[in-house]
Amino acid sequence: MQTMTSFLPASIVLVSFIGSVFVFFTKKNENLREAWTFITAAINIVLLFKMAKWVLAGNTFTYHIAEVLPGLPLFFKVDGFGMLFAFVAGSLWVVTSLYSIGYMRPLKEHAQTRYFACFALAISATMGVAFSGNVLTMYLFYEILSLSTYPLVTHHQDAEARGGGRKYLTFLLTTSIGFALPAMIITYLNTGTLTFSNAGIFTQAIDPTLLIVLLLLFIFGFAKSGMMPFHVWLPGAMVVPTPVSALLHAVAVVKVGVFCVLRILTGVFGIDLLSSTPLSTIVCVIASITVIVSSLIALTQDNLKRRLAFSTVGQLSYIVLGAGIATSFGVVGSMTHIAMHAFGKITLFFCAGAIFVATGKKYISQMVGIGKQMPVTMIAFLIGSMSVIGLPLTGGIISKWYMVLGAMDSGRLWILIIYLISSLLNAAYFFPIVYNAFFCKEEDSQFPNKIKEAPLAALLPPVITAIGTVILFIYPELFLNFAKIAVGVSK
Amino acid sequence: MIEQAPALIVVIPLISALFITIIGLYQPRVSWLLTIITFALSSIFAFICLKQVVTVGPISYVFGNWPAPFGIEYAIDHLNALIVLMICVVAFLVAIYSKHDIIKELGDKIPHFYSLFTLLVTGLLGITLTGDAFNLYVLLEISALTSYALLALSGGRAYIATFNYLIMGTIGACFYLLGVGYLLINTGSLNMADISVILSSNTYSYTVLVAFLFIMIGMWTKMALFPLHSWLPNAYTYAPTSTSCLLAPLMTKVSVYVMLRMMTSVFNYDYIFNVLQWQHIIVALAVIAILAGSVLALRQDNLKRMLTYLIVAEIGYMVGGAWLGNANGFTGASYHIIADGFMTLCLFLAIGCIIYKVGDASLSSMKGIFTKMPITMVGFLIGAFSMIGIPPTCGFFSKWYLISGAYEASAWAFLVALLISSLVNAVLFFRIIEVGYFQALPSEEPNHHHPKITRDEAPLTMLIPLLTTAGLLIGIGLYTADIVTYLIHPFIKNFL
Repeated sequence: MQTMTSFLPASIVLVSFIGSVFVFFTKKNENLREAWTFITAAINIVLLFKMAKWVLAGNTFTYHIAEVLPGLPLFFKVDGFGMLFAFVAGSLWVVTSLYSIGYMRPLKEHAQTRYFACFALAISATMGVAFSGNVLTMYLFYEILSLSTYPLVTHHQDAEARGGGRKYLTFLLTTSIGFALPAMIITYLNTGTLTFSNAGIFTQAIDPTLLIVLLLLFIFGFAKSGMMPFHVWLPGAMVVPTPVSALLHAVAVVKVGVFCVLRILTGVFGIDLLSSTPLSTIVCVIASITVIVSSLIALTQDNLKRRLAFSTVGQLSYIVLGAGIATSFGVVGSMTHIAMHAFGKITLFFCAGAIFVATGKKYISQMVGIGKQMPVTMIAFLIGSMSVIGLPLTGGIISKWYMVLGAMDSGRLWILIIYLISSLLNAAYFFPIVYNAFFCKEEDSQFPNKIKEAPLAALLPPVITAIGTVILFIYPELFLNFAKIAVGVSK
Repeated sequence: MIEQAPALIVVIPLISALFITIIGLYQPRVSWLLTIITFALSSIFAFICLKQVVTVGPISYVFGNWPAPFGIEYAIDHLNALIVLMICVVAFLVAIYSKHDIIKELGDKIPHFYSLFTLLVTGLLGITLTGDAFNLYVLLEISALTSYALLALSGGRAYIATFNYLIMGTIGACFYLLGVGYLLINTGSLNMADISVILSSNTYSYTVLVAFLFIMIGMWTKMALFPLHSWLPNAYTYAPTSTSCLLAPLMTKVSVYVMLRMMTSVFNYDYIFNVLQWQHIIVALAVIAILAGSVLALRQDNLKRMLTYLIVAEIGYMVGGAWLGNANGFTGASYHIIADGFMTLCLFLAIGCIIYKVGDASLSSMKGIFTKMPITMVGFLIGAFSMIGIPPTCGFFSKWYLISGAYEASAWAFLVALLISSLVNAVLFFRIIEVGYFQALPSEEPNHHHPKITRDEAPLTMLIPLLTTAGLLIGIGLYTADIVTYLIHPFIKNFL
């Protein structure tokens, strides 16, 4: 166990940032422009692997950026959880970029340069969040992410995009400035520090009411995590091109939200403080309500992307619920679920996009019989949904397993029941899609004519991520070990 | 030479104002160059003073070798060293910026503009440096008179607006002068440090109370604290672009500085917060100022006018922060003078570029502005982010201190007002961004094929100051710790 000062974490943030600048200045040559994306993504992965070995050995990296307030610097500190998240974002960025090319070029989308530049910038900010060593640094990159994804959310620049974008920023900025900022300042004034620590930073006695207020301010302050009632922006932001949905829902935005909430729960409050006070129950209740309600809403959606969006809202609260249980296993499970859900959900979005590229259809009722026409896409869809539900042969079950273990450890039976009901609901809103796609009667099929699968660049990514989810079932250690290191459970 | 630096900061522009007028009569274009050189020199001397203050400690400079209570003293400590540097830098940047704008707007009055410009800044620098309460009044009038002239230069509606300002400004100055008069009656001295010593050994009489009240009212009028703000929006909106770029960041901020100076160097903490105990009322006034400024800004269609109402709201930040009566609040108020100065400058410069090219600053004229003037909009965005309070711009850090102070003082209304104002700023600026970003699209084609807008940027002499200011916003933000530790904390240590 040692702490090393290293430029590595900062270099990862910088590389994506510089990448975005290069993308911006090579708008004339499309292929060169996309090459920059892949080059930066590749460099990122290499750097991540370089750090991974050390982090897995129990070390942490730190890098001091600047002392912006007296005694309160901006600095990076890379631990297991940060590594886990950086890996998820870094690896899925590559796949999403590939997919973006396959999606944007056939549709001849406008302003592709801006799109790829903002994408790289968003990844840079995401890495910054992952490596943040204190709340201030995290808040800084969180805000940069909100702003850099605004051009992506409003990509189409039409009236619908304007509405979606307005909702997006209204919710994210209102909550971060209105809730998270004062919570951060009040925490700092009461504790004198904002540096994450597994033991929590509220070491002195503090008014329990204030603690509850701070908890609520923090949980709702990072509204990217989509906790109800501040989830509205998420389905609203569905107007974006599908690769952006994938980015929003799997790689960067919402995952940054839950990452921040988890960091606050584990690094600011600390598991011990949560479990020894009613705070744990408060988190669990808020998260449980979102889990159930959003799953019920998802059942009623006919627009495939909207159904996926509400499914995301539910799964995010799942992750928060896992941490809210405040036992080691629960937290390990919820951290791992960030990765597992990312791979599963990105597969589903890729499939939705592939269907749209190939057939132009958005509604589930129009997809009856599609399985016979696009078998590869729909099998990938099946695997992705299995992972989100948490069935064997996919990575989703591993993280769910740990969360259930955590719930049992804490002795709260009702959380088990929530997990059970929600899994059933997940199955209820995913399986009919797959079932109707493959096993409909000939005359019910919406596809009288033969259609082809989407182009390779749009088809390959869902296949890759679907295989990824299966691999994560066989080798869950990839992400599990990072989570265990972060929580301090023996491997 | 170095020991004369405090005087040189003021004397250089004073003398060059004269030369600018004379040379400008024959060579109007040269006056621009002279102004730039003047403020480059002043900036250097201001920086020397700042360095001196940080390493050695406060400087006392006596004019004509008359010792302090009798002669005029320039007292430079940590706070005004910083503010003087800010004034010089702002003047320097605006001087560069003004070249094309002035030729376009005031073609035949170039030397007049620059000599008034230089005189105005001389006044402001003097106000900031002086340690003499009456000398401060004289300089206040110098800057006020020149600013009336500058504002009215563009003619038309500016005449009425400036006349209103003249009335209000004169009333404000009268209040200040009366206050200083009462202090003279009570203490027999005009030197701030001297008054302070005499006051603290006396019992506080009603004369002192009235003096304090009058000085405060005078300054509140000058800084446009709501509801004494009515002169400001018109005066700044109808003025020539370069004039408003110079006045908006500096005039009100210097008045805030005078308020802080009077509170700390003439009166003292015990008197203001324990004897008078007005803090709840003043903070409530500040809350109203913030909310009213924000709401009024929301109603404006003209962007320049919108910014003037934001100034009204920002004044509330500083007054409220100073009157919270704790270290964090006072730090926030002092830091915000610098932060808000550059933020306001950045936004006014950006709007000025837009007016220069588009000819108008109404919301609807922002259509397609991102394609037309991308570089200007980068500067504008950074200024906007600072106003909203997005880290690492300096606006975030002043908010940090103000919110900390509000929490410690349990001034919940002030805390909430700060947050609401940030959100209103977000709405204000994203409204502009929306209009600029979502161009009017032909309805039959939902995507693609925007009306062709070609790039048409402002000249480099306007862009460079704008981008420098934008860079400063981030730079100041990243060096907040140093500014606070080495400049603001040593200053408030003596006060609290």
